[in-house]
Amino acid sequence: MDPGFFAQYLINGLVQGITYALVAVGFTLFFGVLDVIKFSHGDVLMLGAFTALALFLGLDQLSTPAWLSLTIMLCLGVVAMALLGALLCKFLVLPLKESPPLNTLLITLMFGSVIREGVRLFFPNGSNPKPFPALLPETSINWGNLNLRLDSVILIFTGAMAIVLTHLFIQKTRMGLAIRAVAQDEETARLMGINFNKTVLMTFALGSGLAALSGISTGLYYQEINFSMGLMLGVIGFSAAVVGGLGSIYGAIVGGLLFAFLQTLGAIWFSVPAYKDVFAFTVIIMLMAWRPTGLLADRSAERV
Amino acid sequence: MSDKLKLPNIFIFLICCVFLIGCSDQPETIKITFIGPLTGGVSAGGLGGRNSADLAISLRNESPDSNYKYELVPLDDECKPNIGVQVATKAAADKNIVAGVTHYCSAVAMGTVDVYHKFGLPVIVWGAVLPDITYGNDHPEIHRVNGTMINQNMVAAEFMTEQGFSTWAVIHDTTDYGKGHFKYFKKALTERSGTILGTFGVNPDQQDFTAELTKIKVLNPEVIYFGGLAPTGVRIRAQMDKLGMGQVFQGTSGIVSDAFIDGVGELAEGVLAFREGAPTEKLPGGKMFMRAYEARDFNEPAEAYGAFAFAATDLIIDVIEKVGPDRTLIRQELNLIREHESIIGPITFDSHGQNTIALITKYVIQDGSWVLWEDSEYASGNRSLK
Repeated sequence: MDPGFFAQYLINGLVQGITYALVAVGFTLFFGVLDVIKFSHGDVLMLGAFTALALFLGLDQLSTPAWLSLTIMLCLGVVAMALLGALLCKFLVLPLKESPPLNTLLITLMFGSVIREGVRLFFPNGSNPKPFPALLPETSINWGNLNLRLDSVILIFTGAMAIVLTHLFIQKTRMGLAIRAVAQDEETARLMGINFNKTVLMTFALGSGLAALSGISTGLYYQEINFSMGLMLGVIGFSAAVVGGLGSIYGAIVGGLLFAFLQTLGAIWFSVPAYKDVFAFTVIIMLMAWRPTGLLADRSAERV
Repeated sequence: MSDKLKLPNIFIFLICCVFLIGCSDQPETIKITFIGPLTGGVSAGGLGGRNSADLAISLRNESPDSNYKYELVPLDDECKPNIGVQVATKAAADKNIVAGVTHYCSAVAMGTVDVYHKFGLPVIVWGAVLPDITYGNDHPEIHRVNGTMINQNMVAAEFMTEQGFSTWAVIHDTTDYGKGHFKYFKKALTERSGTILGTFGVNPDQQDFTAELTKIKVLNPEVIYFGGLAPTGVRIRAQMDKLGMGQVFQGTSGIVSDAFIDGVGELAEGVLAFREGAPTEKLPGGKMFMRAYEARDFNEPAEAYGAFAFAATDLIIDVIEKVGPDRTLIRQELNLIREHESIIGPITFDSHGQNTIALITKYVIQDGSWVLWEDSEYASGNRSLK
């Protein structure tokens, strides 16, 4: 294959892979700390994108410069979803801590439906796909058959930075230490004086903030968002987290990139590219049968 | 004693009232359903169709010659076959609804034809173009005022080869609509000198097309043919730009809407598409329709198929005026329609209920609007597609 086309596939796959990895990191954080699967994660992602869009529409009325609009959308979108994640944890997840895991799974699934239908019904014309503003520079460079756009590079870099910062936060800060301690042994962590509730709320806020970032990145890249965008992204993100090894951040990154790689490969191989998701999910199922605890779970003794 | 008489007196009074109301000069209200996508990605076409059907009803209700009062029952199929079957069943099961003006999306129309047949509800399709909707069954209830995608793709293949294009990559959605377009375009193209270098069936809800487009970039066709609806078309055209692809983008009737131009913005320039019938303003009754439509101050434009929804509703009303509000009589009368005057020209239903309209119009987007090819600067040579 021509190196230019190969590089083009690689860049396309990387943009998607980083988006999936951001979602997968959220799933892995929630599971690592509290052993719960938050199935409203995809819908929180979607709500983050819609919150940013609503902010943009407001800022546009005030003729705010594009860079300032983008900064405000990004910051407030992420903060709003972090807050929502913490509230969801406080009022829906923590009260069910002692009940069977299925209850938490169901309640977050239902909460996701409420968010999704809420946006559909109450956002103006919420049923229709919404054009998302193109706020990133559209400069592109042609190297042979590769067309490298600056917005793709910015999104890959931002996503990667967010994951690196999350990793550093968990590894290098006091709160990160608390998160790791709770992930390893809740009882001992409590005995050592760690504020369990605060730690868990912080983890949910962090994961949900990353979901918002992923939603906004998706909007900026495809310049369109819709109320059901979180469904597929949520399923893919969850699959990526599971195949990488639930509880492992490295696993989430590997899972996210692997899924995007499989989708790209499926689109190249099959004459009907609609089969690319079937192909990607089939490979994921086979990998899960081969390594039920995930690709990287065994190598990482420490969760989160 | 007087107390005992009071109650029967009240009953007698009420019965008299009911009788008097029944004998009043108020015409009977007849319900006609309109079904189309009122929400979702292609709702622009559906809302335009609903408004146009509503206009036909209002104009007839204002006419002193009308024997009945008409009421439109609009239902939303969301352009989804499962929702379409639900609302079609709801309408068909309602005995007060005597006929329907139904469906913009072919996949939905295909799913609902059996429902109308089962319940005996006569319907006229106003926008869906898949041939099998009328030709794939023998249901006497199903009619269609707009043309099919067979003629559309024949004209498209002929026109594009005449313009000197010889290689295509095809992207089509995997619904009946997209697959149908691909089938008939391929058939028409192979009869000429065109070559399809690659075909890509995609999910209509798919968001990322960069892998498919990169593969097309490798094939390097002159034209990208897209068989699908506006929302998917918007994504593909926008992502072509992200990959630096300058191929001509050729669509079908499914993208002929203002929503496509709004979604794509400046990248819409030079996009081609083909549609059955003539542009609304050039239809026999197009000017009257547009004047009446504008006078109503609807919130949405009539869109490309609005005139067809108007014509279908008007035809149903004409039939009801003639034979009365009875499903069987309406169906029988519709099957006899020949050279019936309408705003889209004379309507003649063949043995499958298909209007034998064959006129196809070529469109190109120029300066942010759909322009008739013959009137465009591309046809005059001032602008170039390549």
